[in-house]
Amino acid sequence: MTAYDVERGDGVHPGQPVKVDRYTAGARVNHWITATCLVLLALSGLALFHPSLFFLTGLFGGGQTTRWIHPWIGVVLFFSFAGLFVRFWRANLWASEDGTWMARLADVLGGREERLPEIGKYNAGQKVVFWSMSVLIVILIASGILIWDQYFAAYSTVETKRFAVLIHALGAVAIICVWIVHVYAAIWVRGTIGAMTRGQVTGGWAWRHHRKWLRELVGGGKKA
Amino acid sequence: MVSFILPPAPTTDVKTTYGQEDLIKRSASNISPPARQLTPVAKLIDVSKCIGCKACEVACLEWNDMRTPVGVNTGVYDNPHDLTPDMFTTMRFTEWVNPESKNLEWLIRKDGCMHCADPGCLKACPAPGAIVQYSNGIVDFDHDKCIGCGYCVKGCPFNIPRISQVDNKAYKCTLCSDRVAVGQGPACAKACPTQAIVFGTKDEMKKHAEGRIKDLQSRGFKNAGLYDPPGVGGTHVMYVLHHNDQPQIYANLPNNPRISPVVELWKGATKYAGLAAMAAFAAIGVIHHLVTGPNKVSEEEERKAEELAGKGKTS
Repeated sequence: MTAYDVERGDGVHPGQPVKVDRYTAGARVNHWITATCLVLLALSGLALFHPSLFFLTGLFGGGQTTRWIHPWIGVVLFFSFAGLFVRFWRANLWASEDGTWMARLADVLGGREERLPEIGKYNAGQKVVFWSMSVLIVILIASGILIWDQYFAAYSTVETKRFAVLIHALGAVAIICVWIVHVYAAIWVRGTIGAMTRGQVTGGWAWRHHRKWLRELVGGGKKA
Repeated sequence: MVSFILPPAPTTDVKTTYGQEDLIKRSASNISPPARQLTPVAKLIDVSKCIGCKACEVACLEWNDMRTPVGVNTGVYDNPHDLTPDMFTTMRFTEWVNPESKNLEWLIRKDGCMHCADPGCLKACPAPGAIVQYSNGIVDFDHDKCIGCGYCVKGCPFNIPRISQVDNKAYKCTLCSDRVAVGQGPACAKACPTQAIVFGTKDEMKKHAEGRIKDLQSRGFKNAGLYDPPGVGGTHVMYVLHHNDQPQIYANLPNNPRISPVVELWKGATKYAGLAAMAAFAAIGVIHHLVTGPNKVSEEEERKAEELAGKGKTS
């Protein structure tokens, strides 16, 4: 039987230390395209968000370029993230242990993992990041198209655009905060970043943070 | 006999040649108060005297060296039908039946930038210096700095700025700032054959309007008045309306224009709370790391994994 959170390409290589395959090359490339887009969008968006950050337009070759390139990067991000969504959504479905994990957030933040339930491929925090990103990206692309005046100015009223631009700003602030959580967690939990660079983590890392997933992999819950 | 009221002569009080030292507002910038205060100017449009000849439109095109494509007739007099990046002013015609007198009244309003004292376009603009306001009240776009984002369109309570599809920059009436800067009145005022458009200091224009309003009231337009809406701090383009109690009958002239609360929220609390939220998340991360230290995998955990993987292999 295949566990719901064992993804294609996940696998265990016994040895010293044990190596666990967590992300395929395709998933990693997909992730880094999305990540690059998100960073560029944040920089170009912040440039137009607050006057003190307008200097960031210099990174893109000026205000006019920043203005036209931002929505196109958004389109690339939307489709790139859609790829990630298709890959990851099933493993990010809410599981019974996620409620317990959330209830013990103090232990999570204190690094006392021995007091947490055994977790599948993703913990509740990662799932919240995943679903927040998914929802916010839909909100941002929808509100973004409404204010993409170069091509879509005629399709909505100015009053609609006012709400769209406010929602776009609020959504952008939210997604940047989610992104900070995502990046910080990857840095704080040592041994994580290798999952997205080389595609592998150590067995100890999987044991400590995603023991249920590790057991599933060892128990033969592998997909092709 | 009602004597013909001449408009004030081009005022001698309008100071000439302004520059950076005359700015009172600059988009996306903090500026120090201007070194000198220019006399506030205003254009007064007396709707009751307008005959809809469109000489002002032509004068505007002429002075600003613009060409607008030949339009189509859709059964109304409006031509062009709307403001465009190449058309800073347009006459809006309304056929209105006065419910009291049953008279058909032909209301003709010259639409264009109102030069608000509290300009929504300037408030919304993210590009430093792309929109400026001089101490004489004129709100002007600096096209070299415009990035074409269209935020000014969202900020404007009168739906005036238009973004050019050619150079992706915002355009609107300048109140002929280049003419005013050298002591001339706007081209439209110069061309108006009935002197429905007059230009001078704001005080002069208010005084002139008073006379016009008295005249209109003496003719039975008891609600005649000056449109200088306080919601945007007053405007430097004002209308004399024969029905000032219902400006909306003049092709939807806003009754009580103000910068949209949505725009105020976007450019106010959101801007500061947004930056604060992002900074707080980053700061919490740094502090958390300093307090708890890195979350590391122990040797023992690696061994446990080796045991588990080994078992899995043999089973």
